[in-house]
Amino acid sequence: MKLLTANRLSDGEAVWLGSGERWVESIDQAELARDKEAQERLEQIGREAQARDEVVDVNLIDVDLVDGKARPIRLRERIRAAGPTIHHQLGKQARKTAIAPV
Amino acid sequence: MYRYDEFDHAFVKARVDQFRDQVERRLSGGLTEEQFKPLRLMNGVYLQLHAYMLRIAIPYGTLAPRQMRMLAHVARDYDKGYGHFTTRQNLQFHWPALKDIPEILNKLASVEMHCIQTSGNCIRNVTADHFAGAAADEVADPRPYAEILRQWSSLHPEFSYLPRKFKIAVTGAERDRAAVQVHDIGLHLKKNAAGRLGFAVYVGGGLGRTPMVAKKVREFLPEEDLLSYTTAILRVYNLHGRRDNKFKARIKILVHETGTEELTAQIEKEFAALKESELKLPEADIRAIDAYFEPPALPARPEGDAAVAEAAARDSGFADWLRRNLHTHKDPNYASVTISLKGIGEVPGDISADQMDAVADLAERYGFDEIRVSHEQNLVLPHVARADLKAVFDRLVEIGLATANAGLVTDIISCPGMDYCALATARSIPVAQQISTRFAEQARQNDIGDLKIKISGCINACGHHHVGHIGILGLEKKGVEFYQVTLGGSGDENTSIGEIVGRGFGEDEIVGAVETIVDTYLAHRQDKSETFLAAYRRLGVTPFKEALYGGEAKAA
Repeated sequence: MKLLTANRLSDGEAVWLGSGERWVESIDQAELARDKEAQERLEQIGREAQARDEVVDVNLIDVDLVDGKARPIRLRERIRAAGPTIHHQLGKQARKTAIAPV
Repeated sequence: MYRYDEFDHAFVKARVDQFRDQVERRLSGGLTEEQFKPLRLMNGVYLQLHAYMLRIAIPYGTLAPRQMRMLAHVARDYDKGYGHFTTRQNLQFHWPALKDIPEILNKLASVEMHCIQTSGNCIRNVTADHFAGAAADEVADPRPYAEILRQWSSLHPEFSYLPRKFKIAVTGAERDRAAVQVHDIGLHLKKNAAGRLGFAVYVGGGLGRTPMVAKKVREFLPEEDLLSYTTAILRVYNLHGRRDNKFKARIKILVHETGTEELTAQIEKEFAALKESELKLPEADIRAIDAYFEPPALPARPEGDAAVAEAAARDSGFADWLRRNLHTHKDPNYASVTISLKGIGEVPGDISADQMDAVADLAERYGFDEIRVSHEQNLVLPHVARADLKAVFDRLVEIGLATANAGLVTDIISCPGMDYCALATARSIPVAQQISTRFAEQARQNDIGDLKIKISGCINACGHHHVGHIGILGLEKKGVEFYQVTLGGSGDENTSIGEIVGRGFGEDEIVGAVETIVDTYLAHRQDKSETFLAAYRRLGVTPFKEALYGGEAKAA
């Protein structure tokens, strides 16, 4: 399974492509691509969003489902989703809903 | 310290206006990311995992209180309330929004700061000894030369598109505190037999994936030849440095592949043609820059020794701090104070906006308006009367910056690693935090003595692990972090590159491995005066290998 991630151009915030072709700030709301066709659709939306200068650094990433939530396979992407593993009082790592990256 | 003249102000302001226009065009679609990326990098703006990162140049690590206050303001109003001092004496903000960066740069320009050449294949921020202008063992202040190099290299048309980035460090004392031998050019200020000032010149040092100790290409270069000789080196590099392979593009590879003798001959030939050119520094110009770095007039404060002795007898925390965090000043009534940014379990190099303001206050009240940033990610108040040390210490205790660990096992250098950096292969900060917590006890740290641990989260080695007495390199194998350990590295006047001790350690093993290494040192040292590095150089890697991998002494 895969989902599409990027950084928002204006502030650099890590975002994921959610339903309705909207970029969301929480991986929990990202749209999962379960097959090749869905992946290609996400990638096409990503290319168009990049062309419209909404986002940069668009990438399709691999995820597993853990307790019904998307969990990226790579640590790097888990940290992008949950925030740095330090300064727990700041940023998205302070959100209660974040899945622990490690 | 150096103050901008009219030209400097106009130059930096023009650059801010230019970048503001570029950001506006990017945000409105007038520039593509491909077009914009090199422009933002030239202004110190990177895109990392969570956000943009802004790297601010702190030339040769010298900061004024008003500049520190501006950094605090930016941290508070445009970031998440903190900043990160780096191993190149710069400051990074890890959360600024691109749309805000032109205004941040505008505010920085108002206090004579900018982000120019903190990225890109150009001459980067010139670094220097953090005790410059204050250290008792100094031959001369290296900062005027660093400033001359800064002015000469800023937007230098010939050297703005080098094969790769280029780093210069200058030190002014016999004891090298600026790690000059692991820089592209290292300058070691000295006096010759006739008492003239000049430099021993080192070329081709560097860390990264191919660590190399620089080669000495000149025993003594007179100070007036600084720019002509540096230009000669850069011309040879610019012409012959490899542009076909990014990983072989640094000058260290050129030195290695060409050979020191041949390369020196090429440099000297180029230098002969430049020696009497307009690059020759007039004596009056050098002294004019020198004047900006005149040490403050330090009033006699002979009461210091008695005050310090009396306070230390009453307060053991103060006594520990005195033992570790002072450096000998030229004036015996004064000392240079290291403000550790390595609180136990804290993030190395990080400082909150409130702490920045408080340090600025201390520098104004007790430190003659001077603050330094060390490449070891600490701050320094270079001129503090010994009579004021207790007051400074007490205030540092209040703001959580009085950790008595300068040069000890918990004074760890760490790059941001995978918690922020897009290049990282593993996290480094949490490893530093865990080691720091494991060795928290002051008496144990004091017993272990001088020990430099340096951690990088990838092979690019921003955490200088190759020159750590214990170096730790974070890598990734099959999606899991693991850590390779090197021993015996050193970044001083006897520079050496650490040797890999053996197979790497998992994230849950690395702290135990460090403890095993430290315990092995304690068991083998001749006495307490033999430091970790000295013991390692005497013993070699074998006892450490055995302790880590052999028999009962498996890494924890």
